[in-house]
Amino acid sequence: MIQKIIEIGHNTLNMVATFGRAFLMLVGALCAVPKFKNIRLTIQQVYVVGVQSLLIIIVSGLFIGMVMALQGYTILVNYGAEGSLGPMVALSLLRELGPVVTALLFAGRAGSALTAEIGLMKATEQLSSLEMMAVDPLRRVVAPRFWAGLIAMPMLALIFSAVGILGGHIVGVDWLGVDAGSYWSIMQATVEWDKDVVNGIIKSIVFAFVVTWIAIFKGYDAIPTSEGISQATTQTVVYSSLTVLGLDFVLTALMFGIN
Amino acid sequence: MQKVYLTLIIIGLGAINKTWKFILSKDNHQYLVEVKNLTFSRGTRTIYDDISLRIPQGKITAVMGPSGIGKTTLLRLIGGQLKPDSGDILFANQSIPNLPRKELYETRKKMSMLFQSGALFTDISVFDNVAFALREHTHLSESIIATLVHLKLEAVGLRGAAQLMPSELSGGMARRAALARAIALDPELIMYDEPFAGQDPISMGVLVKLIKALNEALNLTSIVVTHDVTEVLDIADYVYILANQKIIGEGSADQIKNSKSPLVQQFLQGNADGPVPFHFPANDLTKDLIG
Repeated sequence: MIQKIIEIGHNTLNMVATFGRAFLMLVGALCAVPKFKNIRLTIQQVYVVGVQSLLIIIVSGLFIGMVMALQGYTILVNYGAEGSLGPMVALSLLRELGPVVTALLFAGRAGSALTAEIGLMKATEQLSSLEMMAVDPLRRVVAPRFWAGLIAMPMLALIFSAVGILGGHIVGVDWLGVDAGSYWSIMQATVEWDKDVVNGIIKSIVFAFVVTWIAIFKGYDAIPTSEGISQATTQTVVYSSLTVLGLDFVLTALMFGIN
Repeated sequence: MQKVYLTLIIIGLGAINKTWKFILSKDNHQYLVEVKNLTFSRGTRTIYDDISLRIPQGKITAVMGPSGIGKTTLLRLIGGQLKPDSGDILFANQSIPNLPRKELYETRKKMSMLFQSGALFTDISVFDNVAFALREHTHLSESIIATLVHLKLEAVGLRGAAQLMPSELSGGMARRAALARAIALDPELIMYDEPFAGQDPISMGVLVKLIKALNEALNLTSIVVTHDVTEVLDIADYVYILANQKIIGEGSADQIKNSKSPLVQQFLQGNADGPVPFHFPANDLTKDLIG
């Protein structure tokens, strides 16, 4: 019994200490005057985490849009409401699926890569050697990757939603024969800029912050062995996914729950 | 006549005294790094218990000891990556543990470290690795940087490998490339962390020669942390031997070789059993077997 209590206390202390370290890492990385060189590094990282994730985002967006149109059509057609397919696809993508699925895919594609890269840099003493060369690894390695994630993910989420809507068009209009005019015009009339689009963007910014933070911290804090890095990479994907899903509920409740 | 002798002796003694004092006072300035009463522990495990050592300027100082006693930790403490529990570390009369972050980074430009793995940045070429610190800390033009990098690479014999990626280098070459990177900013102090570990005899010979040659040519101060006794005793001006959280022996290479301490002798000769036991502490074997 006592042993259990000791264990709980120990784990809690460890968790609090981890949060503390994560926070300090973020402060150390971000509380610095950006140098011109670091902006170049950030752009490079936007390419790595953003542009190189485009393929998976576009393909997933396309298929999710197509599946939603197919499912939506089979339900809506029973009520003769297949004209509302456009807003259904667009709203679910912009409000929910765009930010959430992008965040999940981003955690798997870019987050795990960030963790492994930084963890390996730590294991091969590259971070230490940066420090000994009087270059702060927080500013040189961590900060550009953080900003890159924060910039890239909301854009990826928008691209995901846009491609999804087109996918819905392919299935709904071109294949199942929903009227193209009603697909677009009812969508235009229903989707509100500030309520739907902006809220979706806010969501994806929050997710970008959390996922990138977890990915970078897990790498930076990894135990520098092959086992430690594999563990850190797994944790990045698991923790980011769970945090994204949990946060999504909270954000949805705040944004759409109370009218 | 006796008076003259006496006067001469007094003058002679005075002169010796003055010279001695002069040597002593000069001696004080000749230490680039001074570790004073350092105590350091990791969790509950004590790594160093009140040790003091001094690294003379312009010389090669070897720090030897069995694996796992924290020789690398000592280098990290000198580099300011770790903070001691108590005691002080002076680098050029600046207290490293008490330096504010900004000054610590300034001071680090004067020191450099060769990591055991080389720690080359794997995503850029050998050339860019060597140019890294120059690009970070100086405003030199690319053409001057290129000249400097080629000179540094020439010094370690790798000018031809400038465009290779670190993954294309052999272990010995990687360490030499890292050495070129370490001397890029012309530091005052260079710390070698196990430079000979895992090297074939030829690369080992090359590294020994390089450490000696660079120390003389660039007027560096070198600290070599290692457990390769023969190689390092050939080039070291002064040797410290660490074991059991303490310094168990120090002196010039010859003094160390002739040391009476059984611990030092066990380490130098590589005896399996001695003051450092062969067996990890355990219960009595017969008792364990019979139960």
